[in-house]
Amino acid sequence: MADGTTGTALGEARIRSVIRAASPTDVDAPELAAALAARADREGLIEVAYSSVDSPVGTLMVAATDAGLVRLGLAGTDHGLMLEQLAGTVGPRVIETSARFDPLRRELEEYFEGRRRRFEYPLDWRLTSGFVRTVLERTAEIPFGSTRTYAEMATLAGSPRAFRAAGSALGANPIPILVPCHRVLRKGGGLGGYAGGLDTKRTLLRIEGALE
Amino acid sequence: MSIPSRQIPFSSFFAEHSPAVAGFLRGMLGHHEAEECLQEAFIAALRAYDRFDGENPRAWVLAIARRKAIDAGRARRRRPPPSPEADSVEAPAADGAALDAEVWTEVAALPERQRATLVLRYALDLRYREIGFVLGCSEEAARRNAHEGISKLRQTRIQEVA
Repeated sequence: MADGTTGTALGEARIRSVIRAASPTDVDAPELAAALAARADREGLIEVAYSSVDSPVGTLMVAATDAGLVRLGLAGTDHGLMLEQLAGTVGPRVIETSARFDPLRRELEEYFEGRRRRFEYPLDWRLTSGFVRTVLERTAEIPFGSTRTYAEMATLAGSPRAFRAAGSALGANPIPILVPCHRVLRKGGGLGGYAGGLDTKRTLLRIEGALE
Repeated sequence: MSIPSRQIPFSSFFAEHSPAVAGFLRGMLGHHEAEECLQEAFIAALRAYDRFDGENPRAWVLAIARRKAIDAGRARRRRPPPSPEADSVEAPAADGAALDAEVWTEVAALPERQRATLVLRYALDLRYREIGFVLGCSEEAARRNAHEGISKLRQTRIQEVA
């Protein structure tokens, strides 16, 4: 080696390899991210906290602001896209942190076991507005175990003829399960649609005893 | 319905850029100090994240990390040294390791700007244009920093041998 221990001038390759060896880029990303999240939470720097939650209808992604649950992504939702949209609409300080969701995790667990009929976890409605918000607020009032039709929801929202618009409002529900859009069915008993797939809708209705 | 606007969530930003920032800080500080500084740098980035324009994200966070490394260096010099630079040099392990340790001591003695340039260039493979963004100077100035750093290191070696 020209630049080894022979006493000649130091070569660029040697300098490069020494600097590289002294500056490793390996990180324990999950551990670092958890420590960062804990501190960011203490310092009030999180705009959107998120975490995943296992459930009988697949892995759910939950996202909350200081006001409450702002978004729940059912299994099959593109979670990456969901977080990018939250960053764009609510704020870019989007951080994964599990602890904040322990109460919600517990409520969901009880719900899926049939031991909880209503959720206490606060909701942040900011991703909804206008007619969509009104329809979803009326939807949140449908009791556990009951169902409504799209036309009934339109009427409850104050626009009896807007049942199609009511349908798309329900399809745009950012907080499914807690805002129980699965309790809205077609007239005559047809299931209608569901963002998380009809199997999920069926499962939820069975848990509630609203479907055989 | 309007298409919701999209932005990079900070969690993704952190996952993508924490290795580069870790490498840079380890090249600029002792390894223990670098770990502490890494969190400081990303907390500062998180605070400023809503003002970030989306251009050159890696250079943006490296520039923040560099300011934190400079602060950490100043704070250390104000304190009495416990065991000076104890963990900044890798332990010699094989043939040539003693020379490597010596070279590294010389790198650590370079002016901050030159050391930063060499770490960004050699440990992270940044182009001089991006190094310029990090250091707040032109591409040419970044290239000059590197050449000055290299020739200083070479002079030291030659002087020792002579």
